[in-house]
Amino acid sequence: MSTTLASSPNSTVATQPQANYRRHVLDLDDFSRDEIGEILETTASMKEVLNRPIKQVPALRGKTVVNMFFEDSTRTRISFELAARALSANVVTMSARGSSVEKGESLLDTMRTLQALGADIIVMRHRESGAPYLVAQHFLGSVLNAGDGRHAHPTQALLDLFTIQERLGRIEGLKVVIVGDIVHSRVARSNLWGLTTMGAHVTLCAPTTLLGPAAFWTATWPKVTITTDLDECVRDADVIMTLRLQKERQESGLLPSLREYSRFFGVNAARVACAAPHCLVMHPGPMNEGVEITPDVATSAQSVIETQVTNGVAVRMALLYRLAEH
Amino acid sequence: MSEKQILSTDDIRRAITRIAHEVAERNEGVRNVVLVGVRRRGVPLAHRIAAALADFEGERVPVGTLDITLYRDDLGLRGPAPIVRSTNLPGDINGRVVVLVDDVLYTGRTVRAALDALADFGRPARIQLAVLIDRGHRELPIRADFVGKNVPTASDERIETRLSEVDFGEDGVFIVRDINT
Repeated sequence: MSTTLASSPNSTVATQPQANYRRHVLDLDDFSRDEIGEILETTASMKEVLNRPIKQVPALRGKTVVNMFFEDSTRTRISFELAARALSANVVTMSARGSSVEKGESLLDTMRTLQALGADIIVMRHRESGAPYLVAQHFLGSVLNAGDGRHAHPTQALLDLFTIQERLGRIEGLKVVIVGDIVHSRVARSNLWGLTTMGAHVTLCAPTTLLGPAAFWTATWPKVTITTDLDECVRDADVIMTLRLQKERQESGLLPSLREYSRFFGVNAARVACAAPHCLVMHPGPMNEGVEITPDVATSAQSVIETQVTNGVAVRMALLYRLAEH
Repeated sequence: MSEKQILSTDDIRRAITRIAHEVAERNEGVRNVVLVGVRRRGVPLAHRIAAALADFEGERVPVGTLDITLYRDDLGLRGPAPIVRSTNLPGDINGRVVVLVDDVLYTGRTVRAALDALADFGRPARIQLAVLIDRGHRELPIRADFVGKNVPTASDERIETRLSEVDFGEDGVFIVRDINT
């Protein structure tokens, strides 16, 4: 009798989806569809908080959030600071410049110092891929990755998902074109996890020098489409996500010229006109207007670039709140 | 698990009607009243009170929804952080009489959180509290203005409110005791 597990009420209970603790947010590769859905729902509530006359709730009172930024950033750093403050956390921001990192202190020593000072959550940006994973292995609190090398930028991907869902009502089944410096982009990688988990069809478009071998992408994301023809792939696109082109790419010989890049891979009005009429134009910022996107498209009605920035605060609130349960 | 019904569908309907009458009587009409349901089961109750008021007062009382998750004092004490649902108040609450509506009044901590949340939206002239069940065991100096039924309970019992809007089946309020605890 005890062997009829399939029909026993206990086994049914065990397979019910259950809310799980989340200790760290390092990338979106370990997020289920349900968890992303919960975060997007919480984000909508956080956005409502930001529209109140008093844009602050007491949820993280007494918690200390340390922003540990080893790489320059304006929007992400300020966005995290505002998010932590809106939840009433104590916020300290540390940048590598002017800190004891310049005196040669190691990453883990810096982390241990912050831990000894009472940090509950470390928000971390680092130029080396994987650095937040090292910190997460040793830190007793939670680590939230705010961008590591070319590896991952989970909060950017979640704010992109939220913005798409908010504007288009869904993510599943949408055609999303990511165009630009894919091979160096942590935004592209985290968006690949997030978008494919939520059921979108993703197309990557870039010059071959900024794309890398197709097999590299399809090994991890088998359903992704890869192309070098932007005119072809923007047809019927629901979302065009363009990435920042760092000017050093030309200096290092990956591009003949910025003008040529702009001609073949720049998002302009003619290309947007070929996409679906409701197509959203997105950019994680900061933009090189006239290179990867034309100024008229960046400020057009289809551009949600400023909305992305606004939504970033709400998404980061949702994640900080989720981590603060420890 | 043992379960005892303490309010039937009809009992709930009568309690709602009586509470609606008391709200109108206490506030000399309902012109300045806003009903705010506390998620989750306070929300359908607030709508039912509004429907009753529309019936006999002929006034449409605005109904809002309050999620108090971000104001709880037990984050981290009760398992993973709950999902934050939306809050939606019908316009300005400054100078209005806000009637908070919830299904069960127990420790008072939810009401404390709701009062804090309301204060972030404005300064109502008065805040009153309407509950379907008051089961005692207060941990804070809070009392209800309008009560459907006072039910003495033991602290190892649970009160389960079922409302057709959010739960399956008929309305009812039950005292539940988990045998193995």
